[in-house]
Amino acid sequence: MSDHKTMTLTLNVWRQKGPNDPGKFETYTAKGITEHHSFLEMIDVVNEDLIKSGKEPIVFDHDCREGICGMCSQVINGVPHGGQERTTVCQLHMRKFKDGDTIFIEPWRATAFPIIKDLVVDRSAYDTIIQAGGYTSCHTGGVPDGNALLIPKPDADYAMDAAECIGCGACAAACPNSSAMLFTSAKVAQLAALPQGKPEAAKRVTAMVDAMKECGFGNCSNHYECQAACPKGINVKFIAKLNREYLKAQFK
Amino acid sequence: MQLFKSAVGRKILMAITGQLMVLFVIVHLLGNSSIFIGPNGINAYAEHLHSLGPLVWVFRLAMLAFVLVHAIYGIQVSIENSTANSAKYAINTKLKRNFASENMIWTGVLLIIFIIGHISHFTLRITPDVAAFAGQVPGNVFGMVTTSFSNGIIAFVYVVAMLVLCLHLFHGIQSFFQTMGWNSDKSLPVISQVGRVLAVVFLVGYSSIPLFILAGIIK
Repeated sequence: MSDHKTMTLTLNVWRQKGPNDPGKFETYTAKGITEHHSFLEMIDVVNEDLIKSGKEPIVFDHDCREGICGMCSQVINGVPHGGQERTTVCQLHMRKFKDGDTIFIEPWRATAFPIIKDLVVDRSAYDTIIQAGGYTSCHTGGVPDGNALLIPKPDADYAMDAAECIGCGACAAACPNSSAMLFTSAKVAQLAALPQGKPEAAKRVTAMVDAMKECGFGNCSNHYECQAACPKGINVKFIAKLNREYLKAQFK
Repeated sequence: MQLFKSAVGRKILMAITGQLMVLFVIVHLLGNSSIFIGPNGINAYAEHLHSLGPLVWVFRLAMLAFVLVHAIYGIQVSIENSTANSAKYAINTKLKRNFASENMIWTGVLLIIFIIGHISHFTLRITPDVAAFAGQVPGNVFGMVTTSFSNGIIAFVYVVAMLVLCLHLFHGIQSFFQTMGWNSDKSLPVISQVGRVLAVVFLVGYSSIPLFILAGIIK
């Protein structure tokens, strides 16, 4: 027998059969949860009970469960990824909750992220933004010599900080305007900081900003909810960088 | 031009016009504070402004243009934002946003109403409390202001309007620097604090005039 104490929790989970279903909250009881369960494992336990009782399990997105893939996407008690700093839902553990807690679980809510089912949303709008300019056009050929292209360490570090974005969508989900500026700016800033990205910097920033609007995301009004919700701690300084790059692009 | 249509371009235009209006708010407060010198102070200041002739109209038209650009884009962007975020969460948890940042559109609308009222009041002088001063250009500004603000209700409405201005700039000043990209992760917290302090300075500075008149210190 395990000597772990177990918790019983009340879950209010958003259930929606499909994109056109109005959806509603359903209440479930999660029993036998230990502090070592991750949040997703807790839902796995609830789903097993649901399956045993002949009900449809809660549908949710997940993949690596290591906090690096950006697939998990749940708003827990009003905060994307549950509010633990720099933590995705899969790395959020039940020790953060107390026995008897009531938890609200909702999908990302943004017009540009339509709900597919329950907690799963369609995040392909982020792919559309990347396709608009989140790349460098380079000629393939032989392997370049090491250190042929010198990049100062501070620039490399800056680019790496921006490249940490896993594209999970928490920034737009947290934003009161459903703006995708943090996501877009992370890619713009990363590539603008590096010599490989500089030639296309002006074209990239305007194309990605336009794609963001066409996808139906709102406009950034500098609330900075995104940075607080971001599981990778992407800084809003990259949004300022995007704005600078955008202004610069006007004079090209 | 995409600057007038895009998500970032319109915000840059809003930021620039907003900040030009903040400069006006600073100059206007400095001008108003000449009332503390007495009737000669503010009347001489008003006289000096009116002696600029056509420049006054150039300035007025420029201010009108700033207000219109700022307001039209503000309304447009707010409508887009509410369309982009149509479904709300059952639990509304605020991480960084605050009352001021969430209500920019409403404080903005209230400020436009105030500006229209304020111009009708002290520039056009069509409200009954300043009827005696109508038609004098600029005339006895000191007398007009003290007469008007001796009315508690007028003073109260004015102070509330300054509170709305304070809320708008509480978020607006730092927002300008972010939108222009004139900051970094190190300077942003400092700029935010300075912006908030400045917003409170405007509230205290502007409100002190009607409050001092009501208290009988300026008479």
